[in-house]
Amino acid sequence: MEIKHAAAAGTLESSDIMVTVLPETEGIRISLTSSVEQYYGDSIRETMTKVLEELEVKNAHIEAVDHGALDCTIRARLTTAVRRACREEEAL
Amino acid sequence: MRRTMLFIPGNNPNMIVNGGLLGSDSLIFDLEDAVSPDEKDAARELVRNALATLDFGKCERIVRINSLDTPYWEEDLRSILPLKPDAVMPPKVSGAEYIQTLDQALTRLEAELGLPQGQTRILALLETALGVENAYAIAAASPRMMGLFLGAEDLTADLRCRRTKESGEILYARGRLVCAARAAGIEVYDTPFTDVRDLEGLEVDAAFAKGLGFSGKACISPAHIATVNRVFSPSQAEIDYARDVFAAIEEAKRQGKGAISLRGKMIDAPIVQRARLVLEAAAEIEGVDLHE
Amino acid sequence: MSKLCSDLRQAIVSAGLRDGMTVSFHHHLRNGDYVLNMVLQEAAQLGIRDLTVNASSLFDCHQPLIDHIRNGVVTGLITDYVSAGIGRAISGGILKKPVTFLTHGTRPSNILNGNHHIDIAFLAAPTSDCEGNCSGKYGPSACGSLGYAFADAQRADRVVIISDNLVEYPLPDPSITEDLVDFVVKVEAIGNPAGIVSGTTQMPKDPIALKIADYAAQAIHASGLVKDGFSFQTGAGGASLAVADHIKRIMLRENIHGSYALGGITGYMVDMLESGCFQAIQDVQCFDLEAVRSIRENPKHIEITAAQYASPTARSTAASHLDVVVLGATQIDTDFNINVHTDSNNLIMGGSGGHTDVAAEAKLTVIVAPLSRARMSIVVDRVFTVSTPGSDVDLLVTQYGIAVNPRRPELKAALESARLPVADIQALQRLAVSLNGPAKPFQPPKDHVVAQVFGRNNQVQDLIYGI
Repeated sequence: MEIKHAAAAGTLESSDIMVTVLPETEGIRISLTSSVEQYYGDSIRETMTKVLEELEVKNAHIEAVDHGALDCTIRARLTTAVRRACREEEAL
Repeated sequence: MRRTMLFIPGNNPNMIVNGGLLGSDSLIFDLEDAVSPDEKDAARELVRNALATLDFGKCERIVRINSLDTPYWEEDLRSILPLKPDAVMPPKVSGAEYIQTLDQALTRLEAELGLPQGQTRILALLETALGVENAYAIAAASPRMMGLFLGAEDLTADLRCRRTKESGEILYARGRLVCAARAAGIEVYDTPFTDVRDLEGLEVDAAFAKGLGFSGKACISPAHIATVNRVFSPSQAEIDYARDVFAAIEEAKRQGKGAISLRGKMIDAPIVQRARLVLEAAAEIEGVDLHE
Repeated sequence: MSKLCSDLRQAIVSAGLRDGMTVSFHHHLRNGDYVLNMVLQEAAQLGIRDLTVNASSLFDCHQPLIDHIRNGVVTGLITDYVSAGIGRAISGGILKKPVTFLTHGTRPSNILNGNHHIDIAFLAAPTSDCEGNCSGKYGPSACGSLGYAFADAQRADRVVIISDNLVEYPLPDPSITEDLVDFVVKVEAIGNPAGIVSGTTQMPKDPIALKIADYAAQAIHASGLVKDGFSFQTGAGGASLAVADHIKRIMLRENIHGSYALGGITGYMVDMLESGCFQAIQDVQCFDLEAVRSIRENPKHIEITAAQYASPTARSTAASHLDVVVLGATQIDTDFNINVHTDSNNLIMGGSGGHTDVAAEAKLTVIVAPLSRARMSIVVDRVFTVSTPGSDVDLLVTQYGIAVNPRRPELKAALESARLPVADIQALQRLAVSLNGPAKPFQPPKDHVVAQVFGRNNQVQDLIYGI
């Protein structure tokens, strides 16, 4: 999938993650701020990388603010943000 | 067994994660009223991922999809069906054609997704005057139908009457749904009680619904679950009576008597059937409610 | 000579504040307190340095303290509790000397026996007369009990009463009396009422907190301690308050006449007193307006001093007769040790308060906590800080089940026969891991000590390291 414009999904509430997907010219860049960075930072980045692979996103900048979201929530929010960022009609 | 069915907002990770711990027999993950139009995609994706990975224990998993007159419902089904929910709940069901349209879509999707044909069951939410009037036709519209569910808030708006705690305005609809569902051989569930803090009012309302023949009741607040579970569980007196019925049958067999009487009343087939249901429910609850 | 000073600066000068002294404060104005900041600002302007602050607790409203530490005005801290805003700075290493963490019981014990000398006590008082007879029960900044201020008033070399409500001599029903007071000063406001006490304490709505409270109340009931003469302490937050609601219903249903409720007091405990659940409330700290009203009006609602509450060296205390206490935790390990000082990143965000004291004294110590908060398990292999030793903790109640300290096999049997969901603490830990996913092991660095945590025996119980 090709990122056409910036889009976000999720919230800043506890147990949720706010994911913003932005266009990027080359490769994947993930900027993560997490309340559980020491424990789950690597795991969150790994999950995000996997989801982007599954969605066949080659170039994207991901900005994420996590407040202890579980893996299933991270997958859901990133997937929604990517789908929104790829939609034509919602170009900003 | 569905004494209680708790609505869980589909776009709230915290509520979804904890949903299985609140003691309700069923969870209804809501993609409809609890989710604003611009978050439909996010809620669908969240519920899909949650159903795929989280353990909801003994709770039955039902998904309330968006109504067939919206652009969302087919995408809802496509996302949710592979996770094999115990049922889907379509809202604003108006007649048999609504269920048939849904049934056909389910059949098509099950084939496309390689799922067993007919596995997805339907719990129809009736919340319009037309839906109530067509209750039997709806209940009998598809072999997928597992129950009717009364939604009194939207219904009273449609009826142009005020929704009251006394609930006289929905008495007809309640009776109509119970009769239609039982005639079609399916279950029937009552509308939630909306005053979160009035537990006494809740108890009265739930007991009234049980008295009409409802199998259970929806809850919009976890605080209501314990009360509704208790009301829709057999009482100790009911359990004792049911045990006595079977003891009397055994005794009559032993003595070679044909007619059996208990406490001066003849035991006939409906009494035996009722006693069996009571003991089955009691056994099931024993397994579920050990710690409640 | 009149005790009444024209302003705070005059009071400070008259009291003889000099470099290197120890000054003390109480925390009855909680997150609305102005007094600590006012005093330190004047001290800084007077060019005074190297002060030690002995405060029963420090809240985020006291964040100007961080600058006074950076500037060398304050170089030592002795306290029972530090909230996250200041805690983060301490964990970041702004103080050369480690913070001394005490408890609400050991602080007055150390002051009264002379271990911790106080040069000047600056005591906020919501109402005072010109001679320093003062009270927390009256005035625009009323906070109720002044329990944490008594030891300071009794033993400080100089005692300064700071009030925004000066009344005619003599104030009836004073808490601290004029024989202990050197100076009195009137200021415009001693605190922001919104931060001092909450209007009403709300029952939690969070269904998980309610479920935990339900289990906790059933466990307490099953312990057999809820009978005539019952004494009880619980906090104001989350599940703790909901436990009180369940206990009240049990007591009324079974017509049980309890002895007393203890601790920080909310309107909910007042309601229990007025419903006849208890003979008295022993109150060291009021949390809401209803508690303030009750302590003012009801002779059965008794103000007690911090020493009388829980001093380990007192002849006896209210805590030493306590049956049941319900407490929280940020971490608990498989030996039931409790951490309430630091968070999952080992940043300081709390302190014992009375946790360690009442846990040590109560017949039954119940910890209530969700098994996991925002993906962090409450149960860990080893707590970062031992705030309360596991030997003083009996039960951990979570929404997934109740763990019983193996030291209490008879309690475990009682819970099991009440058909409560008893689980090994290790099993709860494994469950948390399966919910949250496996975490990368995190060992906080142990390079430099930023705080020493003292136990009830006055020995160093644990060290907190900087991040």
